[in-house]
Amino acid sequence: MATLFEGFTLCGLVQTSSASDSAIQGIELDGDSDHAVVTDSTRAVTLYKVSDQKPLGSWTVKQGQLLTCPAVFNFQTKEYVVVSDNKVIRVWKEEDLNLDKAFKATVSADVWRVHSAPGGELVVLFQRGAVRLLDSLLSAPQQPIEGILSEKEVIRWSTNIVAEKQHFVLFTTEQRGEHFLYVQRLNPNTLQKYRLEREDSGASPLSFSASLRDKHINLLYLYPNGCVYQSVVAVRGPVGLEGVQALPRSLRLRLPVGEGELGAASAVALDEAHVAVVGMPHPSARTGKDFLCIWNTNFQTLQAEILRIVWCYLGKLFVPHGKALSVIPYECQKSSLASALGKLRHPGIAVSKSSVAIPSWNTLLHGDQPQGPTKIVDTRKSVLTVVHLQPLQTGPVEEVRREVEALVSRGDAQDLQLSVGRLACQLVARSQVETAFYAPGALARLVQTQCLCHSMCPDLLLLALEHKDYFLCQLCLQLFPDIPEVVTCACLKTFIGNEVLQTPYSDNLLVPHLKDLNAPQVILFLQYLQFIYLKYSQDVYTQTPVLRSPTMTQIIDWVCLLLDAHFTVLVMAPDAKGLLSNLQSFVKSQVKLFSELGKIEGSLQELHKMKPSKDISQYSIEVIELF
Amino acid sequence: MGEFKVHRVRFFDYMPTAIRAMAFNAHTERLALGRMDGSVEIFNFADRYFQEKVIPGKDSRSIEALCWVGGRLFSAGLNGEITEYDLETLRPKYSLEAYGGPIWTITSNSQGAHLAIGCEDGTVKLFEVLEESIQFERNLDRQKGRIISLSWHPSGTQIAAGMMDMIRVFDVPTGRAVQRLLVDRGFGGSKSRETVVWSVVFLSDCTIISGDSAGKVQVWDGHTGTLVKTHLVTKWDVLALSVSKDESSVVVGTSEGTVIQFQFIAPTLQQQQDKEWVRTRTFKNHTHDVRALAEIETAIVSGGMDTQLVVRPLLEKFDERSHASALRKIQFPHRNLVFCAKKAGLLLFQFPGQLELWRLGESDGHGKPGDSLPLKRKPEKLLHLKRKGEDHICCSALSSCGGWLAYSTMSSVRLYRLQTDNNDISISKVPKLPKILRSAHQLCFSSDSSKLFAASSQSSVLVIALSQSECKYVHTLKPKSGSRQPIHLMTNSVDGKWLATANSDCEIHVYNVQKLKLHCIVPVYGSCPSAMGIHPTTNNLTMVHADQQIFEYSIVEKQYTDWSRKLQKQGLHNLWLDRDTPVTHVTFNPKNPEQILLHDMHMFCIIDQSLPLPDQKTQFYNQMTLRSLSEQERPSHLHAFKICKTFQVCFNGDVPGYLPCSTSSGPSRSQPFPPNHRGLGWTSQSSTGQHKHTSLITGAYLVVAALTPDRRRCSRYSSSACGAHTLSQSGSRAPRRPAPAASEVGVGSGHSSGAAWIGTADLDTHSP
Repeated sequence: MATLFEGFTLCGLVQTSSASDSAIQGIELDGDSDHAVVTDSTRAVTLYKVSDQKPLGSWTVKQGQLLTCPAVFNFQTKEYVVVSDNKVIRVWKEEDLNLDKAFKATVSADVWRVHSAPGGELVVLFQRGAVRLLDSLLSAPQQPIEGILSEKEVIRWSTNIVAEKQHFVLFTTEQRGEHFLYVQRLNPNTLQKYRLEREDSGASPLSFSASLRDKHINLLYLYPNGCVYQSVVAVRGPVGLEGVQALPRSLRLRLPVGEGELGAASAVALDEAHVAVVGMPHPSARTGKDFLCIWNTNFQTLQAEILRIVWCYLGKLFVPHGKALSVIPYECQKSSLASALGKLRHPGIAVSKSSVAIPSWNTLLHGDQPQGPTKIVDTRKSVLTVVHLQPLQTGPVEEVRREVEALVSRGDAQDLQLSVGRLACQLVARSQVETAFYAPGALARLVQTQCLCHSMCPDLLLLALEHKDYFLCQLCLQLFPDIPEVVTCACLKTFIGNEVLQTPYSDNLLVPHLKDLNAPQVILFLQYLQFIYLKYSQDVYTQTPVLRSPTMTQIIDWVCLLLDAHFTVLVMAPDAKGLLSNLQSFVKSQVKLFSELGKIEGSLQELHKMKPSKDISQYSIEVIELF
Repeated sequence: MGEFKVHRVRFFDYMPTAIRAMAFNAHTERLALGRMDGSVEIFNFADRYFQEKVIPGKDSRSIEALCWVGGRLFSAGLNGEITEYDLETLRPKYSLEAYGGPIWTITSNSQGAHLAIGCEDGTVKLFEVLEESIQFERNLDRQKGRIISLSWHPSGTQIAAGMMDMIRVFDVPTGRAVQRLLVDRGFGGSKSRETVVWSVVFLSDCTIISGDSAGKVQVWDGHTGTLVKTHLVTKWDVLALSVSKDESSVVVGTSEGTVIQFQFIAPTLQQQQDKEWVRTRTFKNHTHDVRALAEIETAIVSGGMDTQLVVRPLLEKFDERSHASALRKIQFPHRNLVFCAKKAGLLLFQFPGQLELWRLGESDGHGKPGDSLPLKRKPEKLLHLKRKGEDHICCSALSSCGGWLAYSTMSSVRLYRLQTDNNDISISKVPKLPKILRSAHQLCFSSDSSKLFAASSQSSVLVIALSQSECKYVHTLKPKSGSRQPIHLMTNSVDGKWLATANSDCEIHVYNVQKLKLHCIVPVYGSCPSAMGIHPTTNNLTMVHADQQIFEYSIVEKQYTDWSRKLQKQGLHNLWLDRDTPVTHVTFNPKNPEQILLHDMHMFCIIDQSLPLPDQKTQFYNQMTLRSLSEQERPSHLHAFKICKTFQVCFNGDVPGYLPCSTSSGPSRSQPFPPNHRGLGWTSQSSTGQHKHTSLITGAYLVVAALTPDRRRCSRYSSSACGAHTLSQSGSRAPRRPAPAASEVGVGSGHSSGAAWIGTADLDTHSP
C-alpha cells in the first residue's frame, strides 16, 4: 500500500519560459537525509533543511557564468562540487561564503555531470562519454580526455550506482533516434554498451530511472505513450563482451494516457512494487492538469495520486510544480493482494465479480491479444470519437441517457471498459461545472456495466453523495471494488445500508476515518448492526447468499471496528450502556459456544474423515498386474 | 509375471477388544496383555514383538490387572477372582475367590513372595505365593472406600494404596495405615465428584507418585505425607502410571489418549544436585483412553480403548536406526482368523463369539490391470454359527471341500458336517467325538478331508479319521523333544503324507501321517515361526519366522534346499527385514511351482525362485519401476521378490480391508480364454519365452482377508459399562469414568480406523 502524505512547499521557483522545462537543474542529497542541495537552472546553489523548509546556505556564481551541472555533496570530504561553464569544476565547503574564492580547476573537455553516492567516490562524466574519478581528475586537470561516443551521439541521462563495492556509472545516449545504455564499471574499468529496443512509434523515452535490487540494476523508462518498461542488467554482468548488445525489456506498467501522448513525464521506481509517475496532461481529467501517482506494478493498481515529480530521496518526493518546489513524503508498504484490494467483499462472489470489476490496465489498454500498440491506439481513437459526441457535452439529461444507453448496448467488452471510464469522467466533470446538470440514469447505467471502478472516476461517488442520490451510491458501493476508506465513511455518515458493510476495506486505514463519526451516529450504527445480526441469527439456516446482504462475518467485523474506534466514547455515553452490555453478553455466549465446539472438535474431524470410506463397496474383484 | 484377480473383501468386521491391563516381565522379555473380553496375549519382545500365545477369553472373566511373579502370570478382576494362567496349556490354572468384592488391582512385591490385591470392600489382601498355588495370608487394616490401585515399596515393608479422594500408606508387617494423603478434587462442576486415584507408584526413596481422575499427577513425600508437586496434565483422567526400572522416569496415560513422560532430573544445568520430577515429553499415539502402560528398557508400551498396542521407542536409547527404533503399532492378531475352502470357494471368518461362513462372489469378465470387474454373483453369507458356552473360540478350521467345519474352545471341540445343495446349506453337528478330543490349540483338515488334526497339549497332535458315518480317534503324534509348549502353527501337504507343526519353543516337527510317526525335526532357529507351508509338488516346507527370515526345507531329503542356502548366504534385503508385521501365511502358485506367496498385514509378496535374489543395492520395491520399463528392458531388472502393496491397509484409513482372490492370466492377454474358465484363467510362459496356453484351466484363489475394527465400539461407554458391573456387585456407586466428548455427541471415530491382512492364502487347482 502506498500512501502520499500531505506535501509542503520547499521554496519558490523562478518561472521559466516553457512549462515543461523545469526551473531546477537538480536536487541532491546532503549528508543528512533532511538536507537537500537544490541547483537552479542558472547560477545558484541552495542548501535546504527540508523539514523546516528553510535555506541554510546559498552560493551563486558571477554574472555571466552558468552552472551546467547540479551541485553534489561529497560524502567523504563533506564538500560540495559543481561545474560551471562546462569546464570549470568548483569545490567548496559549507562554511565557504563565496563561490568565487573556492577551489577551481579547469578541465580539458566538457563535463556532463558530476555524480556522488554515499559510499562511493565522486565521478565525473564527460559529454563525450569518458568517466574519471574526481580526485584523479583534479590531480591533473588538463589531462587529455578521450571521446567514447560517436559523432552526433548525445547523452540524455546519467546516474551512478554503488553496489557491492562496485561503482557504476550508467548513462543513456541518443543517436539518430536510437537509444543506448552505457554501463561503466569502475576499478577495473569496463564499459558495456546496450541498445534499447525501439518503441514502435519511434518515440524517445521521456525519463529514465535506475535502481539496484537483488544484485541487478533495474532500469525503468517511460515512453510518451504511457508504457513503463523495465530492463535488468546484472551487477556481475558479462565482462569483456565486445560490441553492442540488445537490452531486453519488459513492460511494467501501462499508464492510461488518455487521448494524446504524455507531454512531459517522469517515472521513478520507489521499491520493488511501486512506481511513482509524474506527468502531464492528466489522462482523464481536464487538459492542462498534471498528475503524480504511485502505481503498484504487481497488481497494476493505482495507489495514490496527486501532481508531479522529479526527484525521490529517502521517502520524499521532490516535485517542482508551478512556482514552487514541493516535497511530498510517501510510504510504500509491502504489498499483498489483500492490502492492495482491501478486505474482499464476499468470498466466492468476490472472485468472480472482481475479475470483471477490476479491469487490469494491461488488458484494458492492449488486451490479451497480441495486438501491436499502434493498433490499440487506433481502436481507442475510434471509441473516443464515439464518446466525443456533442450531446454529452451540451445535451439535456434525457438525451445523454439515451446516448449512453445506445453506447453501452453497442460496444464490445474491451471498447466498453475504455469508453465507460471516459464517459463517466466527462459526465462527472460536466456535472461539477454545470451545477444544474446531473444525469443519474446515465451514470447508474454506466456503473451497472461493471466496467467502472472508483479509481477510474474518483469523483463519481462523491458527486452522487453530494446530490443525495442514494441509489447510485448503493450501486457504486456494491460494484466498486476499490472505494477508499474515507469515502466509505463519508457514505456511512449520510446513510446506513447493507451495501456500506460490504465494501472492501483495510482495518488500519478505516479506523482513523471511523473516528470522525460522532457518538449518536456510532450508537445508531451499532444498533443497526445488532438488529441485522439478530435478524440473521434467527434464520441463519435459511439465509441464502444474496449480493445485497452482508455476511455474518462482515457484520461482526464492523462491530469490532466501531468498538475499536469509539470504545472510550461509548463507555462514557449513558445511552450506549444497554447496547454495550448486550454486545458483551453476546460475545460471552459466543466464547462459550466456541469452547464447547472445541471440545467436540476431534469427533467432528473424525466425522469428516469417515465420509470418503462410504463409497467403497464391501466386495470387489480387481485385476492387478505384477511384473 | 502376470495378472491376478484379487477378491477384495471388506465385510470381515472383526474388532479386537480394548486393552485393559498389561504387565512386562523384564526377565523373560514377555509382555502380558489383558483385554476387555478376558483374553490374555503374550508378546515376545525379544523376538520382534511376536504374539507368541493367546489365552482365549471367557464371558465371566474380567481382567482389571495383570502381574508377573517370576515366570508365573496372575490376573485379578471385577468378578472378584484371582486367576493364575498356565502358559503351556493356554488356560487358567486355577481361579480363587478373594471374598473382598470386585478386585481393582493386583501387584506383587519385588521379592515375588507375596501378592497384594485391592478390593471393593476397602481391604488390601495379602496372598503368599506358593510353589503351585497362592494362599491367603491376611488383610491390612480395612478402609472405608474401595482400593483402586496399589504399589509396593521396593523394600516390601510398605504399600501405597490409591483410593477415593486419598492415598493410604500401609505398614506391611503391622498392617496399620501409617499415612493418609488427601487428594484434591477437580475444579468447577467436578468438585462434587470424588477423585479416584487410578494409579500409584511407590519409589525406593519413599516418593509416591499418583495419577487421578481430576487429571493430576502428584508427587508426594511418603515419609511425611506431604504433597511435593502437582502437575495438571489433562482435563479428564490420568489412568495409568508406570515407572522405569531405574526410577528415573515415570510415564502416565490419560483418557485423552496421550502418554506423558516425567523424568527425575535437575531443572537447570547449574544445579545438578536438586533433581525433581519434570514433565518432559508427550506422545499421542492413541485415539482413546490409555488404560495400560509399561516403561521398558528402550521403549514405552501403551494400550487402551483403541485396541492397539503401541511400542514407542525412546530414541535416546538407540545409537542407530534399526527395526527396534521404529514405532510399532500392533493392531491385529499375528495369526489367521480367515480360512478358505479352496474347492468350494467358501470363506470362514473366526470371531471370539461366532463363526461366519461366506461364499465368494464371481465375475465372468476380464479387464485391464486396475479394473474392478462386474460381479456376476455377489458374495453371500451362508452361516452364522454362535459358540456354545462361556469360553471364546480359540481356533477353527474348514475343510478344502467345504464339507467339514470344526472349532475349539478351551473346554470343547465341535465338529460339523456341511452340505451345500445348490444354494441351500445344511449343517449338522457330529454327535460323538472321541473323548480324548477335549480342546485344541490348532485344528486342520487333511486336503482330502479324510482326517482332522488337532493340536493338543505338550505339542502333541491327535489324528482323527473322518467318514460319513463316524469319526474315530486314530493316533497321537508326539514330539521327541518333550516340549510342553503349545503348537501355534500346523500345515499338511496336498498329497496327504506330511504334517508339519510349530510350537512356541520354535521347534518344527514333520510327521509322516501315513506311517503315523515323526519324520524329522527341522533345525531349530532362534526366532518363532510365524507362517509355514508345504509345497504341493516338491513337498518342500517353507517357513517364515518372526524376524522375517525365510527358510525352505526339503522334507524328503531332510535338509535345507539349495535355494534356501543361497538365500541365507546372500542374506535378505534390509527392506524386507525391516518390515514391522510378521508374515502370517505361506502358500504356493499351483501353476508355477517356483512361486511362493506370502503375506503380512501390509502387503503380499510372490517369491519367484527362478529369478535372481535381490542384493542390498537392488531396488527392492520395484514394481512401479518395472511397470515403466519396456518389455525388452524388464528382464534385466527382475528379482525374486514381487511385492504388491495395492491392498495396503491404511491405519487411519480409507480401506477397511480386503480379500483378494487372484488368478493369473499369464503374460499375454491376447490369448483367448476357453468359454468354461469361469473368469479364472491361467496361462504360463514356457521357458523358451514363447507364449503357450496351457490345457489346464484352473481356478486359483489367493485369499487374503482383512480385519476391520469397529471403533464405534471402542467408545468409552464400554468403560462405564464396567462401572455398572461393579455397581451390581458392590451395591455402591462405582467410580464412573468421565464420559468423553466423543461419546457425548454420540459419535465415535467410526468405521474407518484400520484393517489388516489376517487371512490366509490358499491356492487350489481343479479341472475344468
